[in-house]
Amino acid sequence: MVQNKSMTARIAMGSLYVLMSVIAFLSLAPIIYTVAVSFSDKAAAAAGKVTLWPVGFNTAAYSTILSDENFLNAFFVSVKRVLLGGLINFLMTVLMAYPLSRQVSEFRFRDYYMWTIIVTMLFSGGIIPLYILMKYLGLFDTIWALVLPTAVPVFNVILLINFFRSLPKELSEAGHIDGAGPWYMLVKIFIPLSAPALATVTLFSIVTHWNSFFDGLIFMRSMENYPLQTYIQQFVVQTNMQNISSQERIEMFKNLSNQTLNAAKIVIGMLPILVIYPFLQRFFIQGIMLGSVKE
Amino acid sequence: MKHKMFQKHYHLMLLPGMILLLIFSIIPMVGIVLAFQDFKMGLGITKSPWVGFDNFKYMFEMKDSKTIFFNTINIAFWKIIANSLVPLTFAILLNEVRKFAFKRWVQTIVYLPHFLSWVILSGIIIDLLSLDGVVNNALQAFGMEPIMFLGSNSLFPWIIVSSDVWKEFGFNAIIYLAALTGINMTLYEAAEIDGATWLQKLRYVTLPGIAPTIVLLGTLSIGNILNAGFDQIFNLYNPLVYESGDIIDTYVYRVGIVQAQFGLATAVGLMKSVIGLILIVISYRLAARFANYRIF
Repeated sequence: MVQNKSMTARIAMGSLYVLMSVIAFLSLAPIIYTVAVSFSDKAAAAAGKVTLWPVGFNTAAYSTILSDENFLNAFFVSVKRVLLGGLINFLMTVLMAYPLSRQVSEFRFRDYYMWTIIVTMLFSGGIIPLYILMKYLGLFDTIWALVLPTAVPVFNVILLINFFRSLPKELSEAGHIDGAGPWYMLVKIFIPLSAPALATVTLFSIVTHWNSFFDGLIFMRSMENYPLQTYIQQFVVQTNMQNISSQERIEMFKNLSNQTLNAAKIVIGMLPILVIYPFLQRFFIQGIMLGSVKE
Repeated sequence: MKHKMFQKHYHLMLLPGMILLLIFSIIPMVGIVLAFQDFKMGLGITKSPWVGFDNFKYMFEMKDSKTIFFNTINIAFWKIIANSLVPLTFAILLNEVRKFAFKRWVQTIVYLPHFLSWVILSGIIIDLLSLDGVVNNALQAFGMEPIMFLGSNSLFPWIIVSSDVWKEFGFNAIIYLAALTGINMTLYEAAEIDGATWLQKLRYVTLPGIAPTIVLLGTLSIGNILNAGFDQIFNLYNPLVYESGDIIDTYVYRVGIVQAQFGLATAVGLMKSVIGLILIVISYRLAARFANYRIF
């Protein structure tokens, strides 16, 4: 009887591990497939011979891309955007979270500001007024069109407010008794103590900036200003869509379609995420929980 | 006394952010007045003619409006259901795994797609589902006819829902996993002593233990019923599936920015924002009452 039970338990446990491995594999398989295609021979990819391992391994697609000026351009627009946008997001997040984390007794207008930012988070005029505003401001085709509308990441500000509030009150009191002003407190005490939370929100904004494509599509008129995701959207996703939208074109594009090149573009499009992911992974769960769970 | 001196520094810290919010969030809110105008770019907001509720009237008379409204709710509804059940089931099963390293390994992998953009993932999905793609090759190997997945109105909503589940289930499971670790282990020990089976423990310990989290997430999702996922649909759809896949946000883009019917598109967008705001307020109220949840 006892042995029987442990046998069933062992089978159940075994199937659980198999199931979890299958789920993990399925999560990753489409990505592995794309990487495999990107390193495969053009003809093998077009014939659908590639599954999870490159067929006829070569790096031709990558060398073609690296000599494609438009692609490299888009890559550097994205890098510039991430650096500039990430820096602005960071500054805005800490500068706003600190005063807003004070009690009303310390900062009298705290709630008015708080309500303003909550309203901007919950309600928006939509894309049309923003589009017209950007046109009036003359920001089309500039990097500012990509970094300014999302300069204040309200959600991140709220996460950080909650984190700042979780730090011991005695800290502020002691600081004030020693004569520290708000700027000193923020820079020398709050920021160093919030490293994990700050890493989380900064990585979030880097990911957001890297992944955005829509603002590039509507605010950038000429292709040289496209960030990478917009470039990929236009020249990989959109053109592929046209392929499948009519039977005639399917035949026409079949021979022209360049799967390996597209796959390589997609791989480079996700490369930075794959590189920062291990750091992200270490911080984000802790960061989210610290920021969102309140007593 | 000191706090009084600090006030102006606090205002100063908030100033840059507030200016940016004013320009890029609050001024566009004022821009919704063009829902009541026949807006022409050349004339601007001040000189464009006012048309009262004509844009709204037109919106309700259009035959498209029923379709886009239905599609939005339909897709969002199934996403909410699937994005609750799949992560919940996954979290409960993963929680049974006792080997820490294995658990960590699975988690790391399943979170990854969440951080990739819909542009990237759509590029991959389109390639997989195309007529000469891997999926159709496999179907043909089993002697089946190739299927035009992304050109089929009956399949499109399901592709949207299932690919969204693929991208998000791991990440959505985080909060359930956190709730599961919060359950008191002695309850399981007690149940075990009473001879409870795995299913009984699930029913009488696990589910009641995470019920507040389920209720909370379910309530908050009400506020999202009009967000069917612009990025995803925009990248995966094409004219063949407008009938089943066109949602409010994609429609606003096409009518507003592509066809430059600013007034109409703003009216449609405004409708969405207002209903969305009302739903969010209701869901937060409910969440505060039933799950004791507040964001700030």
